[in-house]
Parts: sequence; C-alpha cells; structure tokens
Amino acid sequence: MKKYTDTGKKDTRSGFGAGLTELGKKNENVVALCADLTGSLKMDDFKANHPDRFFQVGIAEANMIGMAAGMTIGGKIPFTGTFANFSTGRVYDQIRQSVAYSGKNVKICASHAGLTLGEDGATHQILEDIGLMKMLPGMTVINTCDYNQTKAATIAIADYDGPVYLRFGRPKVANFTPEDQNFQIGKAVQLQEGSDVTIIATGHLVWEALQAAETLNENGITAEVINIHTIKPLDDEAILKSVKKTGCVVTAEEHNFLGGLGESVSRLLATQFPAPQEFIATNDTFGESGTPEQLMDKYGLNAAAIEAAVKKVMARKQ
Amino acid sequence: MANIKQLEDLTTQVRRDILRQVHKVNSGHPGGSLGCAEFFVALYNELMDRKDEFSMDGIGEDLFFLSNGHISPVFYSVLARAGYFPVEELNTFRLLNSRLQGHPTTHEGLPGVRVASGSLGQGISVSIGAAQTKKLNKDNHIIYTLCGDGELQEGQNWEAIMYAAGNGVDNLILTVDLNGQQIDGATDNVLPLGNVKEKFEAFGWDVMEIKEGNNMEAVISGMKTAKEKTGNGKPVCVLLHTVMGHGVDFMMHTHAWHGKAPNDEQLEKALSQNPVTLGDY
Repeated sequence: MKKYTDTGKKDTRSGFGAGLTELGKKNENVVALCADLTGSLKMDDFKANHPDRFFQVGIAEANMIGMAAGMTIGGKIPFTGTFANFSTGRVYDQIRQSVAYSGKNVKICASHAGLTLGEDGATHQILEDIGLMKMLPGMTVINTCDYNQTKAATIAIADYDGPVYLRFGRPKVANFTPEDQNFQIGKAVQLQEGSDVTIIATGHLVWEALQAAETLNENGITAEVINIHTIKPLDDEAILKSVKKTGCVVTAEEHNFLGGLGESVSRLLATQFPAPQEFIATNDTFGESGTPEQLMDKYGLNAAAIEAAVKKVMARKQ
Repeated sequence: MANIKQLEDLTTQVRRDILRQVHKVNSGHPGGSLGCAEFFVALYNELMDRKDEFSMDGIGEDLFFLSNGHISPVFYSVLARAGYFPVEELNTFRLLNSRLQGHPTTHEGLPGVRVASGSLGQGISVSIGAAQTKKLNKDNHIIYTLCGDGELQEGQNWEAIMYAAGNGVDNLILTVDLNGQQIDGATDNVLPLGNVKEKFEAFGWDVMEIKEGNNMEAVISGMKTAKEKTGNGKPVCVLLHTVMGHGVDFMMHTHAWHGKAPNDEQLEKALSQNPVTLGDY
C-alpha cells in the first residue's frame, strides 16, 4: 500500500491564504473581501500586497456577498472570506439570489468549518453548510483535506467561471498531498487501492481514512481510499468504479449526515449500483465546546470510528 | 436628446405597457411600476450614458440595478422601448418559458438585466460592488440603482449604506422611491421609516430630494443635479417622491394596487386615461 507522510502539521486556512497570495501576483482581476476576520482567514498577505484590491466590509456578511456579486460585473473575480457559518447560513438568500441564480463568478471561501473550530462552540461550528451550498443550482462545492490541497484549490477556482463554495478549517492537521498537485475540480483522487471496502472521505477526514486503511491492512482488510474534494459536481465515475469492485462503502465527513457527502454518494449508489453504506458524520446534532481532538472523538469522526464502520459495512455485504 | 413632450409620450405608452402586461396574466405589480414610470423613462432616455448593445460587463457605460424587482413591468417596458429586446416580447410577461420572469433575472438571458432581484434589500450591495469595479477598472461611469421605501426595512440595506459612505463610493446614485406605501398599507403603519433624509445624512450620504417624482422636468433636472454631486467623496441618495399608481386615478394614493392586476373593465378605464402615443405592442 502507498505510504503517505505528514510533512508537518499546517492549517488548511493558511493554504487558502497562500493560494490567495499567489493569485494576487498572477491575476490582477482577483479581488478579496473580508468581514472583519482578515487574520483568521490568513488574508493579511493579500491585503498588504494589494490594498487596492482588498475590501474590508466589516461585520456585514450580507452586504459582502451582494458586493461580491456586483464586483463580477466588469470582470473582477471576488473571493469572500469569513467563517463557514457566516459564509452560508447567515447569507443564504444573498447567495441564492445575487450569486447562484444570477450566475455570478463569486468564490465563497469559508474557514473554521465543522467541529474542529473547537472551543467557540456550536454557534460557530456549522455542520450544515455543505448541504446548504450543494442544494443551490449551479454551485460548485469543494472541501479540501490539507494545506497543499487548499492552496491548489484556491488557485484553481480562479480559472473556473462560476460560483464556488470552498470549505476549509481552523486546526493544524497533517499535510500529506503533493505540493505541486494539479487540482482538478470535480475529479476524485484515489489514495489507496483496495478490494474489500471503499472509503470515501472529504476534508479533515481524508487523513483519518488513510490512518484507518493502514490499521485495516494490518488486519488483512484492503480498503480503497478516495479523496472527494469536490462534493458537487460529484465524480460519479470514480465512485461507481470503486464500489463495483469492493461492494460496500463508508463515507466520512465533518458534517451532518443530512445533506452531506454521504447523502450524495448514497443517491448515486441508489440509482446506479445499490450497495451497503455506513456514514461517518454527525448525527443530526449541534456541536459544543472542546478541543478539536476531543470533539472529533466524542462525535465519532476519526480513524477508529472509520475502522468500526468498515467492519460493520463489510458484514452487510452479500 | 429627446424633448420633454417626447419623453412624456413615451411615459404614457410605458404606463399602457405596464397595465396591459399585468392584466394579461392577472398578476404582477402595477402600483409601484406606474409611480416610477417618469424615473425609468428619464433614466434610460435622458440620463444614462449607455451603449445600444447589451453586455453583462457594461464597461464604458453607466449601469442601472433595480433592487425592488417586483416593479418589473416598468423595467421591462422601458428596456424594450430602449431597444434591448423586441417590444412584442412584453406579451410573454410571467408566462411559461419567458425571459420576462415575474421578477427580473439574468437566468434566462434577458438583455438589460445584470442581476436577479425580487427578494428585497440586495440591490444596493450589488450596486456598490459594481461601482467599486468601475473604480478598479478606471471606468469613469456611474452606477444607478433604485429601491423602494418599504424595502429600506430590510437590514442588509443599512450594512450597504454604512459601507458606501465609509468607503467613499461616490460613483453611485441611489434613488429611493418614496411613495409611502407597501403591501400591507402605509409604510408609517407597517413599520415607520422615520426621517429617511436624516437617516441617510447621518450615515454620511449626500442626500437630495425630488419633490415631484411624477413630473418629467422635475425628475430630469433633479437627477442631473444628482449626477453633478457624484465624484465628491460621498455616495448620492435621491429621495424621489412619487405617487403609487400614478396616471390611473383609481389606483393612486393607495397600497391596494401594489400587487393586484386590473380586470377587463378596470383596464379599459385605466387605458382611457393613458391614450396610445407610440403604439401598443
């Protein structure tokens, strides 16, 4: 099996900041808007290098989304930055009408998604944002897994014409994908080859899936691990190809099972190739205060939980 | 440049278009549309420096954004009669497969529309964004936008109003259709707006009023004054006093016709008060 090495823990939001810095240099149409969270979103570099293209809007997210929609008229490519909660639920109607329905080329970049925001608690830990965004017609939804991938995705979405929701997080996590990766929107990345089970993971759960696959391999179970960074449009082909081989699937995400990656996969399988599926996701609940590790453990979002789900789903195979 | 008589004739024809559109499908919003007819005609035919061909990016021309999208009948009529699409297409207002949706949208590719509106309170933000892009592009043109007075009850407006003043967005002219009416009644009864002029001034806008918003000469001269106020570091707000339902006696001074279409008899009466000028579609 392939070996993945953590080259040093880094936060995915810093990957976004680094990507934005690079975009600032190479694409003069890229503009950035932030709702009073410049430091948290790691947008300081862009702001310092391109003050004319950085727009501090204050604690006014609805206005930020509307402004971003307007800025596309005349050729700018706006990247908005705030926490995932304030990037989606708080401004859903603004995104729906002014961005998605209007077909505007806005990149909604959302940090601090999910439980791993940690101690701030449930008011800030959105676990519904993937569902909210994927339901909007025409919206591309991306949830990256590490620093390198977030940086690559940030750069890639500037070249795509259309609204994008880019989701990433706060904590420092393993950085294991290649620095020079070619990020392709909508293209799944197979990380491990296996024949007993398919583990489909997104975001912070991808590293956990790799850890689980290693342990499973020691116990004689070979798991195919697929990194789905793009939840919409979903790479149907890659998922079907794998599940046809393994016959069962575990999906893993830092999100409510309602509306998340798992539901997108189950819809695909239900219509194309019915197969047993287990969901690693939160169970229709809010989060709470705690360290990221404590929370991921309590809510069953880690390698150990994935291993248990694999055993369960394999037992369900005919 | 058209003369006042020509513009007034066009306005009368636009009023006929509004009434006939909503009557045909027995739905839509005639009240605010009728009240804003002079403003739209003046804007598209006298005030805006615009190109004949529509392009989404609108580089090198003034742009207009309608925030209170429910007054689509007046917007569609004026766009069609300005040449953006055939006037005959007004026949398709609110019908299945039409580009003239109940509320304006870019989704069906109707020339002249640059953002969807209808869910209220979003147009000022979009206009500020477009104005900032004009500045980045060193495009010395103006962004015009219109919102309703009742619409100012939406909180997003005040985020936008605060932003525009705080950041010197001075290539923007916001017109507020001050007709004092909204769906449930007089704005003062539904949720009092207080002193709108003082509110905008307190936020740091350059505010002026057009007392006779249904008088073509007053609208043109007022909006020209507003244009002169741009480029001076402050966003410009025009309080346009209009009468909802203007031009049809039984529709005036009431909220009753905000979102109600006339029946056959009412249409006939309303049209008789607005005789054909340029010709019906």
